[in-house]
Amino acid sequence: MSKLIKLKIDDVPSLPRHAKLRFDHARKKWIINAPERVFELDDIAGEVMQLVNGKDSLNKIIDKLLIRFEGAPREEVTNDVIIMLQSLADKGFLINE
Amino acid sequence: MNELKKVKSFSTQEKKSKTLIPYAMLCELTHRCPLSCPYCSNPVELELKSNEISTDLWKTALSDGVNIGILQAHFSGGEPTARKDLEELVNHASKIGLYTNLITSGVLITEDRLKNLYNSGLDHVQVSIQDTDPNNSEKIAGFKGHKKKIETCGLIRKVGLPLTVNAVMHRQNLHNLKNMIELAVDLDAERLEVAQVQYYGWALKNQTAFLPTREQLDIATTIVEEARIKYKGILAIDYVVPDYYAKKPKSCMGGWGRQFLNITPAGKVLPCHAAESLNFLNFDNLKEKSLSWIWEHSESFNRFRGTDWMPEPCRSCDRREIDWGGCRCQAFALTGNADATDPTCEFSPYRNVLEEPLSKAGSKNPDFIYRKYS
Repeated sequence: MSKLIKLKIDDVPSLPRHAKLRFDHARKKWIINAPERVFELDDIAGEVMQLVNGKDSLNKIIDKLLIRFEGAPREEVTNDVIIMLQSLADKGFLINE
Repeated sequence: MNELKKVKSFSTQEKKSKTLIPYAMLCELTHRCPLSCPYCSNPVELELKSNEISTDLWKTALSDGVNIGILQAHFSGGEPTARKDLEELVNHASKIGLYTNLITSGVLITEDRLKNLYNSGLDHVQVSIQDTDPNNSEKIAGFKGHKKKIETCGLIRKVGLPLTVNAVMHRQNLHNLKNMIELAVDLDAERLEVAQVQYYGWALKNQTAFLPTREQLDIATTIVEEARIKYKGILAIDYVVPDYYAKKPKSCMGGWGRQFLNITPAGKVLPCHAAESLNFLNFDNLKEKSLSWIWEHSESFNRFRGTDWMPEPCRSCDRREIDWGGCRCQAFALTGNADATDPTCEFSPYRNVLEEPLSKAGSKNPDFIYRKYS
């Protein structure tokens, strides 16, 4: 387990133990709980984070997203996912298994 | 629950139309604590063990909290490890999806208990350290426990829990701020809270002993800014300045009754931990009302919710929904009027009430008035 610096396509991302993903019924949103802070995820980020399981590589996660969102261009999806996950990694809330 | 619905609601249509969803609950499990820090955030009137609410009532409140959208439960005190049911409560909170945080002095806890808490689902621990100088640390805490605190921090990391060091800073330890930051790094903490003393309750009694000079404050701010760059990615530093020196008031609790609630050892539900200082307000108790009812309908939570209550110049201020009128407890303590503009605001007509305490900053070091049961 090491801290991610620059996210790559064959990395296997996961949340560290102190960051927890769950669906909040009151807000009707996926959220990540972390010490003294909460990330409220939009619908797309929620979809992505549900696939971050510490087993699938970023490539595999994108494969799954492309099945889920049929017709979306791979390059665009890859870009968006990396930007989103990198911002979490920069804050220390995403690690590479 | 039908009984409860008949009780008068203080929630107006305007307040109801914007559904407020709280983020966190601070569970003050007990006021018992081996330390007697003279700036303790507990009220001056401490609750006895015999008034503490039961494990079951805490569990009901935690479950109700999840239903209204609370995401994080902070177990605090007093010293929360003084309660034998801490593991049971953490386990319950964790199972129902709450993020659990233990706020402790670290002086009572063993490695076994930390392991049990970890296995119960505890997510995070905050340990208070009074100073890096052991003698001064123990003088401030009124308790010989500095070495044990440092050991506890090591055990927390050994068990695998993330650590935040809580450093309450003031005139009598600000000279060690650099050391405190380095200590937090050495202890492998992820976060350091550098919180300047806020003057309520016990701290207000000891204000002359704690209030830093403007010069000390400026030096501290520079130290924090430099350390944030130096330890980027290693240590996150949260920094709270004493608002007596500010031009704008703090957005206290993110606004009254907007994001946060506090439960006292006796089961009273408060909009913030100092709210009982507003002695004219009635605070509902979990023994009589549910947490969700209190959040939505109670007099205390609605009294300063939103902007309707505000006087001028707050009411027409551009920042009224940024700082939500600052701090009501501070306005009441300093002006005797809980509706007054927070005196720490540069536009407050009561700004002059800060002159007297600020004029004493740095002039003398009176003996501490330690926190104790009356």
